[in-house]
Formats: sequence, structure tokens, C-alpha cells
Amino acid sequence: MEKEQYPLKKVCIICAKGSIEDVYATLVMANGAVMEGIETKVFFTFFGLDAITTKQMKKLHTATVGNPAMRMPGGLAFPTILGMIPGVEAGVSKMMKSQMAALDMPDVDEFLDMITAGGGEIYACKLAVEMFKLKKEDFNENVKDIITIGDFYGLCGGQGTQIIFT
Amino acid sequence: MATKTLAGVTVEVNEEGYFLDPSKWTKEMAVEIAKEEGLELTDQHFLLLDFLRTRFATGEALTIRGVGKSGIVDIKGFYGLFPGAPMKKAAKIAGIPKPASCI
Repeated sequence: MEKEQYPLKKVCIICAKGSIEDVYATLVMANGAVMEGIETKVFFTFFGLDAITTKQMKKLHTATVGNPAMRMPGGLAFPTILGMIPGVEAGVSKMMKSQMAALDMPDVDEFLDMITAGGGEIYACKLAVEMFKLKKEDFNENVKDIITIGDFYGLCGGQGTQIIFT
Repeated sequence: MATKTLAGVTVEVNEEGYFLDPSKWTKEMAVEIAKEEGLELTDQHFLLLDFLRTRFATGEALTIRGVGKSGIVDIKGFYGLFPGAPMKKAAKIAGIPKPASCI
């Protein structure tokens, strides 16, 4: 078997957004890395904090306004004005979640459990935590620590490491 | 395509070492593949190998989450039994193709 000369050894993923697709992109990539035996650190900041906040993590939405990739079922264009009607965003988000569940994608909290079970580490950004006036107890138990970006970069050293911003 | 001699029997494997024909697999072979991976198989390992082979035979997707719900081990236990890349390692030892799952 041809071995890669410089295999990926560690990924450090930063998630700064809180929509379903942004959070799941982060979780799938993080869990995928853990599954491959790649050391994994995830840093949630700004609205990304919703993904690890106990109160918010089950209520993530996908944006129906300002989302040009948004389409009707069947592929027809989704008029932006529709997305502004109350309840539409919630309905669309619910549909997204049910489609993901059909693919056996876990909920956010279970995904975090899976990542840490395999040795991945989850961090919250200190600056954003202070900005949103959150405390350690507001977070899911999988959050290892609240750290500064400098601390996070300190965890990102070593050959074969990549930093990914989702 | 390559061949490999395990427990005295020659079997066909792909370039990464995964079995081409899962029906050729025996427990003795599993012990030898595990040794190459640096693992000593226990009863719990064999329970999991059986679980994965059964799931593969019924055409179900092999996922870490599925293993976690198997009732044999939780996900942490699975990583403990097959350290590193557990799904790939376990599939190789179980004589089934490399899982193509993203979760």
C-alpha cells in the first residue's frame, strides 16, 4: 500500500457560526477525524457557541433569508420573501433535521459525546463566552474548557497539523 | 489485488489488506490480522467482530454510532478495544470491506 509521505496527524477546527449546516459541517469533520485516528480539537466561538450551549444546542436553525442555496423541495427557487414569513424558518429547519436523522446523523449533544468518546476535545472561546455572558455551567458536559484563542493556538502545534475554519 | 497467507490459508485481499471474500474468514485469521495491528483479541473483540460481520451480511451501514447501540460496548469502549481508527481496524480484522461511512 502506498503510504502518504506526510499524513495528517491533527486537525484543529474553528466553528464561528450557529446555523445547522455550519455546526454539522464542524461536527462531521471533527468526528470523521476522530474516527480516522487523527487528533482532534474543536474551538467554538461567537454564534458557534450555540452548538455547545445546553439551552440552544437543540434549537439550531438554518437561515431561510440570505441563503441563495435555499431551494424548495424538488429544486424550485425559494423566494426570499417566503423565508421572512413567521414559522417558515422553523419548518425548514425541522425538515433539515428530519432528513439528517434519516441518514442516521445524531443530534448535536450525541455528536459531541461521540467526538469526546474517541478522544476529541471541545473548547469554548473565552472572549465570546464573556461577550454572550455565559458561564461554564451553561455548556454541555463535553466542553473541556473555556480558553483564549492564544491557548487554542498553543494546542495546534506539531507537524502534520491543520487548522480548519468552517 | 493481492493475496495473503493467514493461518495457513491463502486469501485474496485488496491493496489495503481488506478481504475480498468475507466468507473465507475464520477466527484464526482474525487473530493473525489483529497481531499485525498490534492487538490481542479478547472475547469482547470477537463479539464485536461477529456484530460487524452480521451487520455487513444484512447490508446495513457500519457506523460507530451503530456499534455504540450494539449493547456490546459503548463508543468509548470501542475506541478502547480498537485504538486509533476503530471502524477501519475492526473491519479489517473482521474480514469485511472497508466501511464507507462518514459518521
